[in-house]
Amino acid sequence: MKTLDELILPHDLRYTRDHEWARVEGDLVRVGITDYAQDQLGDVVYVELPEAGQTFARGEAFGTVESVKAVSELYLPVGGEIVEVNTGLSDAPQLVNEKPYDRGWMVVVRPSDPAEIGGLLDVEAYREHLRGIE
Amino acid sequence: MARHTVLGQWHRRHGANPAEFAGYEMPLWYPAGARAEHLAVLTAVGVFDTSHMAVLTVSGPGAFGLLQRCHTRDLGVLLPPGDPPRCTYGVFLDARGHVVDDAVVYGLSPDRFLVVVNAGMGPRVAAHLAAHAPGPGAGIADLTDRLGKIDVQGPGAARVLEPLLADPDRAFQDLDYFRFRGHFDPTAPEAGQVRWHDGAPILLSRTGYTGEFGFELYVEAHRAPAIWADLVEAGEGRGLLPCGLAARDSLRTGAVLPLAHQDIGEWPFVRNPWTRVLPLGPGGTGYTKEFLGRAAIEAAVDAAWTLPFAGFDPRKVPSGASVHGGSGRELGTVLTCATDMGIDRVEGRIVSVASPNRPAGFTPRGLCCGFVRVGEPLPPGTRVELRHGRRSIPVEIVSDIRPDRTARVPIGAMRTRRSASSQEEPR
Repeated sequence: MKTLDELILPHDLRYTRDHEWARVEGDLVRVGITDYAQDQLGDVVYVELPEAGQTFARGEAFGTVESVKAVSELYLPVGGEIVEVNTGLSDAPQLVNEKPYDRGWMVVVRPSDPAEIGGLLDVEAYREHLRGIE
Repeated sequence: MARHTVLGQWHRRHGANPAEFAGYEMPLWYPAGARAEHLAVLTAVGVFDTSHMAVLTVSGPGAFGLLQRCHTRDLGVLLPPGDPPRCTYGVFLDARGHVVDDAVVYGLSPDRFLVVVNAGMGPRVAAHLAAHAPGPGAGIADLTDRLGKIDVQGPGAARVLEPLLADPDRAFQDLDYFRFRGHFDPTAPEAGQVRWHDGAPILLSRTGYTGEFGFELYVEAHRAPAIWADLVEAGEGRGLLPCGLAARDSLRTGAVLPLAHQDIGEWPFVRNPWTRVLPLGPGGTGYTKEFLGRAAIEAAVDAAWTLPFAGFDPRKVPSGASVHGGSGRELGTVLTCATDMGIDRVEGRIVSVASPNRPAGFTPRGLCCGFVRVGEPLPPGTRVELRHGRRSIPVEIVSDIRPDRTARVPIGAMRTRRSASSQEEPR
């Protein structure tokens, strides 16, 4: 298991207390789970994602990530419409472990209220949150 | 505060992801991950620290009578001990026919037996045996803290062990499934029969709980770290991985083996895939001996059925999820549900990474599998749904899960066989 120092936590991302990350890309937001989350889950064997076009509220469960250890709900960091889904995960769920911030992304959202992005944790606040879990 | 086995320091130094299990801190997986570990046991070798399992000795003139009364197997097969002697897997039942624990019994001599039970269960099983002794003359001792136990499992297990044993030809001679040889106690008469290359005495058992070819090694606790390190080093280049509890759980589930206190437990031990461990007479009728719990299981005519299932993708539900029939009718509950990461469906049929007839380039996604406990006897092929929260997973009742397992392959064939991944060209 990784120590806090070993975790990769990019500075340009925003985070949730449920261990999702959000990357602002123009007027869209790309979403995945953090290095901490994938390390805790262990080998991911299945990812269930919604279809493009579905809308979810902030904090609503939009899918599940399933590892050898557990099934975990995925919560949307910002409410909005799903505009893209990482279909590559159906054949290669291990990308969530291998490249959690890159090819292991899950969905792209068009936020219904872009102000919600400001309510997410920055890297320092997320690191502090992880310190509290340890 | 969780206890550590004698290998605990090695696990921590090598990045094990820890979990508490039966009072011990044990590796859930190592940095390679549970999937790689599971696959290593199917195609190469895995080593497991199982030192947390409890080992009892039962000895004296009353030992056989006591175990014959309490264990479900007819232990007459262990006597007189042959060369190599035998061990056998069964369960201890209480008077209600409920499972106290499952256990492998080793017959060393007519008055000396080893009993291996689950982690943390030593004191409870010892008390159960003491309370049900049909007569005097049986001494029970708990050796758990004095022993290290290492399981070497997978098609390459004999080839990894061979250069590490002082006399592998003697150690492996006629070592069929559920035979063993040697002893961990240097003062035991059998101690010289199997030795590590440095002279350490070993009880080498042709058993395991993965469904795959392999061995369980019992050694004095202080010997275990060097033996473990030797195995890891010898396995370099042979695909050996140290394996944690997650891989152990997924491997045993695919092999249709129960987890005590989850798949067998506080209900009558009947109508399940493991009743072959009862001392059934010829033709499967009647019993060859009297044993504790017999009357209760003979009377358990209303008991539920425990049946294996396999799914169509890796999705799982937690233990305790509900089972539903075609009309949505609730049929029962889920016991174990795990993902066997070495199997997948090919045109509906389950194929393993170790199946000789696997398609070229076969890379399984894994299949959910396990056991359900239901109120009616569903035949293999029956589709049911496992439900938990918003999740509903279709699965099929099956008679077996992971095909082409190697546990029973003769040792001679395994000593000369090339690795499973190259043994036969895929079609």
